[in-house]
Amino acid sequence: MKEMICIVCPKGCHLNIDESTLAVNGNGCPRGAEYARTELTAPVRVLTSTVRLVGGELERCPVRTDRAVPRDRLSDIMAEIHRASVTHPVHIGDTVISDVCGTGADVIVTRDL
Amino acid sequence: MRDVIVIGGGPAGLAAAIKARECGASDVLIIERDSCLGGILNQCIHNGFGLHRFKQELTGPEYAARFISQLDGIDIATDSMVLSVTRDLVVRSVSRTRGYTEEKAKAIVLAMGCRERTRGAISIPGDRPAGVYTAGAAQRYMNIEGYMVGRNAVILGSGDIGLIMARRMTLEGAKVHACIELMPYSGGLNRNIVQCLKDFDIPLYLSHTITDIRGSRRVEGVTVAEVGPDRRPISGTEFDIDCDTVLLSVGLIPENELTRAAGIPIDRRTNGAVVFENMETGAEGIFACGNVVHVHDLVDYVSAEAERAGKAAAEYAAGKRAGGRITEVAAGNGVSYTVPQRIRTSGCGKTVDLFFRVRSVFRNVRITVSSGEKTLASYPREHCAPGEMEHIVLPVSLIGDSDEITVSVAEDK
Repeated sequence: MKEMICIVCPKGCHLNIDESTLAVNGNGCPRGAEYARTELTAPVRVLTSTVRLVGGELERCPVRTDRAVPRDRLSDIMAEIHRASVTHPVHIGDTVISDVCGTGADVIVTRDL
Repeated sequence: MRDVIVIGGGPAGLAAAIKARECGASDVLIIERDSCLGGILNQCIHNGFGLHRFKQELTGPEYAARFISQLDGIDIATDSMVLSVTRDLVVRSVSRTRGYTEEKAKAIVLAMGCRERTRGAISIPGDRPAGVYTAGAAQRYMNIEGYMVGRNAVILGSGDIGLIMARRMTLEGAKVHACIELMPYSGGLNRNIVQCLKDFDIPLYLSHTITDIRGSRRVEGVTVAEVGPDRRPISGTEFDIDCDTVLLSVGLIPENELTRAAGIPIDRRTNGAVVFENMETGAEGIFACGNVVHVHDLVDYVSAEAERAGKAAAEYAAGKRAGGRITEVAAGNGVSYTVPQRIRTSGCGKTVDLFFRVRSVFRNVRITVSSGEKTLASYPREHCAPGEMEHIVLPVSLIGDSDEITVSVAEDK
């Protein structure tokens, strides 16, 4: 059995997962069981950061991946984000980088600027 | 005369204003000192906001945008600083564009939020070099202004902002050497311990503190020591960490200068106004909500609380007066405070929501609400921690004619 804390929502359920059968208990909702299985086999995270904003009042524009990406690709994606910039005006949901690092996820704007 | 003036345009102020307008207040004004609305959400670019409310993991700016898009018919004064609020419901403010303004309201909502405790508030010995920031200030520098605050960081305090900044700095290429927590448990959410520290192998030192900061111009290093149960450093346990940056995530203080100056009673435990079930303060017609009342862990709860305040303010502006018998809510064993602190059962619906924090980490406990010797209600919990606000829904009929009810927590037998 492996113990983990669910990070799907801020509740933070204390989960137990059987490493061979992948049976989960301690989860308050079905998403917890799914999280524990994914976390054990191939953990994923949503990545948030900022990119350079050209021509706006502020210097930085906040962005995120539009879905969870493999945790071991975070630093590769950060390198792409460092190279990117957007030009004023931008809107929530605008694509900054599509299919970032071949993960299938887009990096999108998270603030109207 | 305005129906409702809301002071502060962060998550609490936005939700309160929108709800007040929805509940019939036609002339609503939000006064905000920053140049834009959204408050601290704008610098919280990480995701995890709105899970309860929108069933989605939004980032801070996205969460704010959901509210900012609903402001039709509400007046906004940005770049405006409120100087004073009086118990006869006059708000004095000053701004570059409007100059000095005095406006009378039928009801006021205080939504000024909170500020961070600083190095001075916790008296860390040592030199006074550059490179010591509160975590939220560093967050603003990095996420809004676009400055990298340092390359080698140590974080004191394991509050959520500190944890979030540990990840943020790591992703931006800095080395975060340690997160140091005075208490034997973290003050942050479990999910942040996992995805901000464990994901990046950042060590969390519980029951430790910084006993010295060294550096002539810039921070050069810190000394860390273990603390005993009395939270004092244990001699001989010291070790040094070389770093150029110290981030402080050591607590938030509700920003209540206006509240105090108006003579509104403050609860010493929350550092916020004492409030009734509808978020009315001790001054009639003045309501308060969000982190200015008590520090929340989740913005979803701030929005919900602000909506109660906004609704009550609109009703007050329309002439409805709350009244009747007052039941005091006391914090019993294991509970550090409750919000609301006072309940007028005549003003409640069928149930009343009670929010509180426990004093330490508990497993398999029972939260009880009692009146004298009599237990009114009890709620089992598998896990409680001071970093996670607890919430119970109490049927009003159970309160009856109690003058005081007590919320306490005890191990389940």
